[in-house]
Amino acid sequence: MKRFRRHGQESQRDRLKQELFQFSKTVEHGFPHQPSALGFSPSLQLLAIGTRSGAIKLYGAPGVEFMGLHEENAAVTQVHFLPHQVELVTLLDDNSLHMWTLRAHKGLSELLEIGRFTLTGPPGAPPSVTRVTAVLAHSSGELLLLGTEGGHVFVVEVPGFRELEERNISLDQVSSSVPDDYIGRRNLEHVEALQENPVNPNQVVIGYGRGLMVIWDLETQRAVQHIPATQQLESVWWTEDGSHILSSHSDGSYCRWSVGGEDSKDEEEKSDIPYGHFPCKAISKIVQLPTANGPPFLVFSGGMPRASYGDRHCISVIHSKTHVALDFTSRIIDFFVIRDGPQHTGDPSALVVLVEEELVVIDLQTEGWPVIQTPYLVPLHSSAITCSHHVSSIPLKLWERVIAAGELQLTHYSKKPWPITGGQNLAPDPPQRDLLLTGHEDGTVRFWDASGVCLYPMYKLSTAGVFHTDTDPNDNMNQGTEGEWPPFRKVGCFDPYSDDPRLGIQKIHLCKYSGYLIVAGTAGQILVLELNDEEAEQTVEAKVVDLLQGQEGFRWKGHTRLDVREEPVLFPPGFQPFALVQCQPPAVVTALTLHSEWKLVAFGTSHGFGLYDYQQKNNVFVKCTLNPSDQLAMEGPLSRVKSIKKSLRQSFRRIRRSRVSLRKHHVNNAAKLQEANARLEAELAEMELAPVQRKIEARSSDDSFTGLVRTLYFADTFLSDSSHNTPSLWAGTNGGSVFAYMLRLPPVEHRTDEPITAHPAKEIQLMHRAPVVGIVVLDGHGAPLPEPLEVAHDLSRSPDMQGSHHLLVVSEEQFKVFTLPKVSAKMKLKLTAIDGSRVRRVGVAWFGSSRSEDYGESGLVVLTNQGDVHVVSLPSVKMQVQYPCIRREDVSGIASCVFTKHGQGFYLISPSEFERFSLSTRCLVEPRCLVELPAHSASPTQHRPQPDGSSQLQSLSLTFLEADVGNNISALVLDMKWC
Amino acid sequence: MNKNHRVPSNRSLSAVEVKSKFGAEFRRFSLDRSKPGRFDEFYGLLQHVHRIPNVELLVGYADVHGDLLPINNDDNYHKAISTASPLLRLFLQRKEEADHLAFGTDSLTRKKNTVLSAVLLRPDPNRKKPPVIISLPKDFRPVSSIIDVDILPETHRRVRLYKHGQEKPLGFYIRDGSSVRVTPQGLEKVPGIFISRMVPGGLAESTGLLAVNDEVLEVNGIEVAGKSLDQVTDMMIANSHNLIITVKPANQRNNIVRSGGGGGGAASGSSGRSSDSGASYYGYSSPGGIGAAASTPSHIIQNFHPEELESDEDDEDLVIEAGGEAELIPCAPSASYSMPSLPRYEPHLNLRTAAAAASSGSLAMERRSLEEDGTVITL
Repeated sequence: MKRFRRHGQESQRDRLKQELFQFSKTVEHGFPHQPSALGFSPSLQLLAIGTRSGAIKLYGAPGVEFMGLHEENAAVTQVHFLPHQVELVTLLDDNSLHMWTLRAHKGLSELLEIGRFTLTGPPGAPPSVTRVTAVLAHSSGELLLLGTEGGHVFVVEVPGFRELEERNISLDQVSSSVPDDYIGRRNLEHVEALQENPVNPNQVVIGYGRGLMVIWDLETQRAVQHIPATQQLESVWWTEDGSHILSSHSDGSYCRWSVGGEDSKDEEEKSDIPYGHFPCKAISKIVQLPTANGPPFLVFSGGMPRASYGDRHCISVIHSKTHVALDFTSRIIDFFVIRDGPQHTGDPSALVVLVEEELVVIDLQTEGWPVIQTPYLVPLHSSAITCSHHVSSIPLKLWERVIAAGELQLTHYSKKPWPITGGQNLAPDPPQRDLLLTGHEDGTVRFWDASGVCLYPMYKLSTAGVFHTDTDPNDNMNQGTEGEWPPFRKVGCFDPYSDDPRLGIQKIHLCKYSGYLIVAGTAGQILVLELNDEEAEQTVEAKVVDLLQGQEGFRWKGHTRLDVREEPVLFPPGFQPFALVQCQPPAVVTALTLHSEWKLVAFGTSHGFGLYDYQQKNNVFVKCTLNPSDQLAMEGPLSRVKSIKKSLRQSFRRIRRSRVSLRKHHVNNAAKLQEANARLEAELAEMELAPVQRKIEARSSDDSFTGLVRTLYFADTFLSDSSHNTPSLWAGTNGGSVFAYMLRLPPVEHRTDEPITAHPAKEIQLMHRAPVVGIVVLDGHGAPLPEPLEVAHDLSRSPDMQGSHHLLVVSEEQFKVFTLPKVSAKMKLKLTAIDGSRVRRVGVAWFGSSRSEDYGESGLVVLTNQGDVHVVSLPSVKMQVQYPCIRREDVSGIASCVFTKHGQGFYLISPSEFERFSLSTRCLVEPRCLVELPAHSASPTQHRPQPDGSSQLQSLSLTFLEADVGNNISALVLDMKWC
Repeated sequence: MNKNHRVPSNRSLSAVEVKSKFGAEFRRFSLDRSKPGRFDEFYGLLQHVHRIPNVELLVGYADVHGDLLPINNDDNYHKAISTASPLLRLFLQRKEEADHLAFGTDSLTRKKNTVLSAVLLRPDPNRKKPPVIISLPKDFRPVSSIIDVDILPETHRRVRLYKHGQEKPLGFYIRDGSSVRVTPQGLEKVPGIFISRMVPGGLAESTGLLAVNDEVLEVNGIEVAGKSLDQVTDMMIANSHNLIITVKPANQRNNIVRSGGGGGGAASGSSGRSSDSGASYYGYSSPGGIGAAASTPSHIIQNFHPEELESDEDDEDLVIEAGGEAELIPCAPSASYSMPSLPRYEPHLNLRTAAAAASSGSLAMERRSLEEDGTVITL
């Protein structure tokens, strides 16, 4: 298509495009997927989380966050901040060490990788010699001690990663001095733990896997003391006064050893198996912290009786007479304790626990040790996300009411402020209040404050109360019986097990002006809710709507309708349901829209669509879109006609369901599980046999699910003639059909008693039969019609009703503009025929120019099945920009994408994380923060190292180096042969 | 007349109404659909009912798409009877009055036969048949063609498949594969898209121009290199109304050998391998014969311009106004879809559009065949 182009105009448009559009991924919200390591810097007050995919994320005060990604695609196994520095070291699964720093640049800090290092052993040595198992960042901030699988401790100078070979502590040096009577002296095994003496930085304790602990003097290069524990060692803790060492072991015991005697007369002072008698699981980490006046806090993870509670993920906290076993929802990754005081050496104030699916912070200074609500890292997936909906620029009134309703739900949380306070948030206050609503599998809708960098939970709505479900009311009651041992207490909110999959939320629509919310679910239920600041007891009126209209030969084999509670239900303040529509057959609701000015709700399923008047609580009309030849839609999800992919998915569900039941009832139906697994394997084998091929066939009306309603749209436009605009409802189906209905609304004074009528006005069958994914009516200026009530609230220019309106139909393959009221094709943009991508998500957005305050234009934001985002201009439907955004293989990411009205978007990068991106030059929400090393951070006993590297310890070690160099190397070489 | 054609008949299905027009005269009679008889009997019957016993006639009929097709042998006669719904409309012409559009003459038939027997790899001497009467290409709706022969390398073939809302499936599958390319660095293995399977009885198979393991290079003028299998699938389906595929045939022995002097634009005047819904197999083309015929070096040659694809059939969306009257949306810039330089029968009596509307709109609802592939819907 080479057309003669006027050059000047083109370049002007190009410049404008640059002013309007720019793509960037700005911030990740939610909880990191598969966290694998936790670190904390008391001096910086920053928390670091490493993940299995090699990401490292730092969090401080709300809004302060940094993210880095290791080039290697290996799991982060350990994260250590260098004490009193802005550097941190990560250890990866591939045995590489990485140095990261927070560098200030133009007044903002950024996380940078500044070095990487891998231990190299002597030639020919087995890899285990240099396989790092324990890392100690020495308090001098200049040394890193690396314990390895071979039992050696290597000393490395940081941040440059220079190996100080002469200072290495080889296994031979240690084992030569081990008392002869120690059983395990022949094989001390790997280095399990390294700890520094809190009062003497020259002393470190090296804990070997076999149980032996050696207190080593770095200065004199010799063992000071041997602690002959005989159980497999799990962790070591040196008490703050330096007088005792605690060791925890694999048999569920921990021991306290006193330190300091010159002779090796070190008897264990105290040994205890806290959950004793029967065999226990290992205590993987133990921490003891003193309080200013009173007994110390003892915190340890694990140690549960293997047989009865081996599957629990527990951390026990013991303080004086109080003993609680915190029972977490998933595997514990790591934990640390935050302490009070300017030097962070005071009383323990909060316990921070990272478990696989969430971060839990427990307030240790308030009676009952309540949980502190996290301002970030909130598990979005506490029940799986099934849909999301974004509403921009919420009016202050609604915002405050939602917050008020949400605060009433936070009764069991601690009142304390968030204890992690590092860094300064320099981001400007968000220009508007944005809400992100997520629908979940368990029938809840969560409201998130999406205005800024922190996706903060505001309010949670549960729809399950409207229905009778087979929830076991005793399910959550099995905790906290008096005198139970261990004294369990459930903490955390991650609960992926849905009571009834039919409750799942599929579509959400919120009118920000009126406060009406509609929520639709898996079993064809549509709830209309209203915001109420008082609690209310009311019955929800259900209306069953038959979408088939007597279609013959129909058998619905899917799930049944949900049972509605007929007695009044008490609803807490917040959104309270007052009307309910139930589709028959109860198929998933696939399209939903609300017009709060007309008080109408339109809904669609795979069988048809309907219009509901929630003022009169009456259904206005129903249209069946079912194609009689569409067997799949006819029979529902249990049809025999199904693809391998589908059956595979169902097998997975079956397995999952059986797991749920396993967990729920503690019944061992392993046989069932096995059966499901066998079936799955058979199906997989079948899949491998068939080559991957695709059928090339023109779409016909016989294809499956052609009647599925994909989109619904209300518009006040010219449907019958060009002089009178009327309310109308538009519906688009999977088979490329568009249905338009003219609506007649009674005058306001008769709105409650006169019926609303609807007449079919137009039906368009797109010849290419691609699914219709979006319908927009453009006014005389070519701008999309405003939202209902937007004009009434003076927030939008009223639409131009003088010029002729246009209808934009977006199918998966094309964008097509038709004239109104006579529908004739005017313009189109083909997408699939040109580059083979298909429209997956489409939204209308407004883009403001970065140069001039008052220029802006509306455009279509499009996400394709290739994961690219496009902006298409309106009303001329011309492709403006294209950016790759999501990997094309990431089907769930593409399916979860939601656009805002101002050119931003969200999509799920894992079940628990939203990635936020922006296409706009003006609307950009990204972290802007600064972290500075506090001036007083260096502890009194330590000098902050000088830039020239001449700290006291350093010079000491250098002199030492010369004396002992030969000896050290020969020892290492000997050891190599021995291995 | 338009209306008559669209309204379904309630009469018994065994009888076919025939309305025959000769000059200004009409004759109406009926035939038994199950026992149509032979063509020469039918020819005699026509001469009889029109009372023109000694007039040589050319017989034509309007098919479901509104195209005027000839009846001159048993095969196309049976086809005409079997597809008539409900009315079979005939148009008779005096042979001597017929213009150059005459439906085949003896001389042409003879010439064609010799050409064909010369190129058939295995001419079957035992199947001695009476000479069949074959019409000119322009009497048929094209279903496929080889195009751009003059600009493409000899190893490539550009095939155009026309899908005029007919029942016949396009019918082929594609897969991922790898092909070897010659590059300055030597031979290099690159991923490619290949035809993996043909659906028996499908349009793709019946043309004989595409075969399993042919590498797909372009779809409607857009290279597929670097595109995923799913992307190429979507492109092909989006273009399925007028699909133009450039392939590198797996079997390179049947390539076009360009004669030195012969201009590329000169059509040899035969579209030997076109076949329409099993209508006319020309008597000689057994299934084996199709493959053999594919080797004939005779083609319709035309140059393909991607821009012309801008206006094609999928513009004609169907709009039903409140009254239920169906109409096609006129496509804005150019209303006629053109098949450049290809001889094509002009829609007769404007039947084509109406028939297309009927078949894609209401008739479609009556179909009950079930597609086996489950469409997976991601919402």
